[in-house]
Amino acid sequence: MRRCFFTVVLAVGLLGCALVPSPGTAQDGGVPQVGDVFPDLMLPAPQAPALREYLGVGPGASFSVNQVDADVVVVEIFSMYCPYCQREAPVVNEFYGLSQRKSKPGKTVKILGIGVGNSQFEVEVFRKKYQVPFPLIADGDYRVYQLLGQTRTPHFIVVKRSADGSRRVIYSQAGSFGDPEAFFHKLVGDR
Amino acid sequence: MKKRSHTRGLACLVLAAAVCLLAPRPASAVSEMFKGKIYNPGHLKPIDSVAVLKVGDPAPDFTLPSIQGPRVTLSEYRGKKNVVISFVPAAWTPVCSDQWPGYNIVRDLFEAHDAVLLGITVDNLPTLYAWTQEMGGVWFPVLSDFWPHGQVATRYGVLRSDGVSERAIFIIDKKGIVRYIHVHDINKRPPLEDIIGALQRIQGGS
Repeated sequence: MRRCFFTVVLAVGLLGCALVPSPGTAQDGGVPQVGDVFPDLMLPAPQAPALREYLGVGPGASFSVNQVDADVVVVEIFSMYCPYCQREAPVVNEFYGLSQRKSKPGKTVKILGIGVGNSQFEVEVFRKKYQVPFPLIADGDYRVYQLLGQTRTPHFIVVKRSADGSRRVIYSQAGSFGDPEAFFHKLVGDR
Repeated sequence: MKKRSHTRGLACLVLAAAVCLLAPRPASAVSEMFKGKIYNPGHLKPIDSVAVLKVGDPAPDFTLPSIQGPRVTLSEYRGKKNVVISFVPAAWTPVCSDQWPGYNIVRDLFEAHDAVLLGITVDNLPTLYAWTQEMGGVWFPVLSDFWPHGQVATRYGVLRSDGVSERAIFIIDKKGIVRYIHVHDINKRPPLEDIIGALQRIQGGS
């Protein structure tokens, strides 16, 4: 009877561990859709000071998308192993350049990539190959990928900050976002 | 007695549910490029073959047809290049479709280590041609071990019981000796740094 009791306690404990999300992360709720709040999952902060400064994240080891210092944050879910992502890399770089030139107070746009299933080495290979100037975060164990609904790559999710400081997803789509300039103006609401 | 049996049954049920939820979920990212064209075989037995080669053995020679046209013979690289052989289980499946496209952008890394890459599956040539075209083409020879079915995979000890190969990497040095073997969990992609690290060690003479 006593052994049985301990088995029940162990089983319930394990079940609890499995069901309760880690602190600071969201449960797997599928791909964030327009109108959703982006999951407050923690990502490892880039090592390079310039990239940390770009994101506006502090000295901590991790940050969340909702902490990025920008009115609009574009999150690219990509993989070094994804031929579509490879093909789109120059277009995404062009978008970054455009957003750096055209961002203005109240309409700042920043971008970061999450390399799903990619080790740090693989993310660096992608960065060097395509000379990616914006932060790329390695998600080697697919943790972020699973939390974001295991979409196909590339997938772009855009989070916009409202006047009251709250942030919502305003764009969520797999595949190319098309012309970088048109996409930029669409995101900041110029057109 | 009956109550105790029920309690034990309930405990087993909850324990099984917990184990299922805690078990690592297989994952691979599928490119939008392959939208709607990938067959998912589900989670497979990680390794389903018995090793026949070990590091230090002479690499079994073979000649296989390639999608690029000419037949490729391993021994033709002897004295010239290190050879990385990438066996993948099957075209149009999730992890395999998420492996070779990555090698496609690191030709310089292979060449920096005086190495060529040979991709091998047990699929037939038309299937391999269509699949790699969907990737946008590949720079390395893609070889078909379709007929006699899986003969090369068998000689390398990586043919699974269902007729596909393991997901495995072999590195053969310029003397034709096997210098690296990694039969990977079929459900996961081997990290690129493992392959490049092995090439570095071979080139460094260790």
